[in-house]
Amino acid sequence: MRYLLYRLRRLAIVLGVVTFITFLLVNVLPGDVAYQMAGMDSSEEEVQAIRDELGLGRPVLVRYAEWVGGVFTGDWGKSFISDENVWDAITDRFPVSFELMILAQFLALAMAIPAGIASAFRPNGRADRIIGGLAFASVSMPSFMTAILLIFVFALGLGWLPATGYEPLSSGLWANLRPMILPALSLALVEWTILMRTLRVEMIAVLQENYIALARAKGMSNLRILLVHALRPSSFSMITLLGLQVARLLGGTIIIEQIFGIPGVGRLLIHAVYTRDFIVIQGCVTFFALAFVTANFLVDIAYAWLDPRIRTGGAHG
Amino acid sequence: MADVSSSNRGTAQAKPEIDRNALAIALHRKSRSFGPFFWIPMCWLILVAIACIFAPFWGLPPADEIDWAYIQSPPVEGHPLGTDNLGRDMLSRIIWGGRVSLTVGFAAPFIGVGLGMILGMIAGYYRGWADEVIGILIDAWLAIPGLVVLLLFSVVFGGSLFMVCVSLGLLFIPTAARITRAATLNYSGREFVLAAKAMGASDFRILRKEIFPNIIWPLIAFILIDIPIAIVIEGALSFLGLSVKAPTPSWGGIIAEGREVLETMPHIAMYPTIIMFLTVLCFNLVGDAIRRRLADVREGAI
Repeated sequence: MRYLLYRLRRLAIVLGVVTFITFLLVNVLPGDVAYQMAGMDSSEEEVQAIRDELGLGRPVLVRYAEWVGGVFTGDWGKSFISDENVWDAITDRFPVSFELMILAQFLALAMAIPAGIASAFRPNGRADRIIGGLAFASVSMPSFMTAILLIFVFALGLGWLPATGYEPLSSGLWANLRPMILPALSLALVEWTILMRTLRVEMIAVLQENYIALARAKGMSNLRILLVHALRPSSFSMITLLGLQVARLLGGTIIIEQIFGIPGVGRLLIHAVYTRDFIVIQGCVTFFALAFVTANFLVDIAYAWLDPRIRTGGAHG
Repeated sequence: MADVSSSNRGTAQAKPEIDRNALAIALHRKSRSFGPFFWIPMCWLILVAIACIFAPFWGLPPADEIDWAYIQSPPVEGHPLGTDNLGRDMLSRIIWGGRVSLTVGFAAPFIGVGLGMILGMIAGYYRGWADEVIGILIDAWLAIPGLVVLLLFSVVFGGSLFMVCVSLGLLFIPTAARITRAATLNYSGREFVLAAKAMGASDFRILRKEIFPNIIWPLIAFILIDIPIAIVIEGALSFLGLSVKAPTPSWGGIIAEGREVLETMPHIAMYPTIIMFLTVLCFNLVGDAIRRRLADVREGAI
């Protein structure tokens, strides 16, 4: 419990530092947003008027304090370009990014678990080497390259799946999933290798344990030993990694959403970067950091659920 | 080393059934020498490096010269890899783009690991509040996805090659600092450090002469891992058009241009993709082989 409190405090400080540094960075942006809002040929007075209206003349610290106050009351500011409420803009788009991330993680796990088990079963065996080679190749393949190749083969070559676009869930599950397959796959093809390697290493260690030898002595089939007895105790590091990968995946979705034209938070951020809409950039970064911290927290809970030792230890004190 | 292993292998093959232990030992020796999975990638990397470093001397058309006779052309004479959608020579663009990728690939990890090492040594050696502050900064740094940090930096500081190297290098600080901190903690309690302290050596001298030589190897292995990562991230950044500015070619940028005409002219996107994939793969293979060689590195590498 004390440890949990310590971690919570630490997370709060981390969030504070993140938002403050982004605020500083975004506010020393060379392109003054007031100039852009006023248009190309506006007079100095007009620019100054906008600046006053936005309160850009006041010290950065004061504006930061105001902004933090706003965040706690649900007011994340308004986009300077589209006049959209930042919080609404993010929450409108987040489900799309979230769906993409979940699908990608799911596909990555679907590849990593069988591959990890197969290569841990006989380390340095034939299957292990083939899987290791595949992992090496796909880790050398950044997601945007995988995306291009997948589009080339499955969308342009074979014509099975659409190359870009997004359909809301309201137009049917399959219609919604179909354009999501290629983006999720291109993210998953990078992520699975790390999951697979972690699972492999831990499983090799677990397979040396006495209770595995006992299960084997009882005449249990290899498949049952691997799936029932070895998989759960081997998956702790992988679960931790799933949480840590959220940050990587959030970064990954940015570029994938851009390629496949998916209207998620990543595209919002990229668009804000291109138009220097700094209150939106600030909101997105804060949101990403929040998501990362929350994911880590959820991982801790999942940990307790997976490992009875932590759970009962917590219950007794 | 090479003679010994080959002679051992020779004897083992001549009379294989005499001593199985000898065979095992011989095979073990053999596996310790760099195999083809080191030398073939190494050759490719050297080829790419020579092509990029001496790019001005190959007599290629300049990377931004438009050949109006061949626009979006497949490979023809004079343009061995064809031309892109503006009629610029692909081979020349890929080679000049490689200069950007390789520069960033080597510079960024060195900058990041250098800074991370300094922070890690301070945190691990002095402990106390310095450790706490650096720890919080690292956690904060890790809480933002790397690409987002780069987006921010590219907007704030613009797209010069130098700034791309620096901001990419910043990404490697957290992990490098953590590795260094753990190693410094480990060594700063050892007897030889205490002895140096007892003899009145300054903190700086201890860090430089006693601790640094011990922690440098895991960090070198870490740099080797980071080179392909840096190339990949630079690719992603220039794919988004946020790396070096537009007329300067870069691999990610060429792929992004080729994406728009993927259906009609797939070669524009495919050639840089293949070259970049091979280069990154080879860096990974070479780095992995060297990392295995640095035996005591294993504990430090991630």
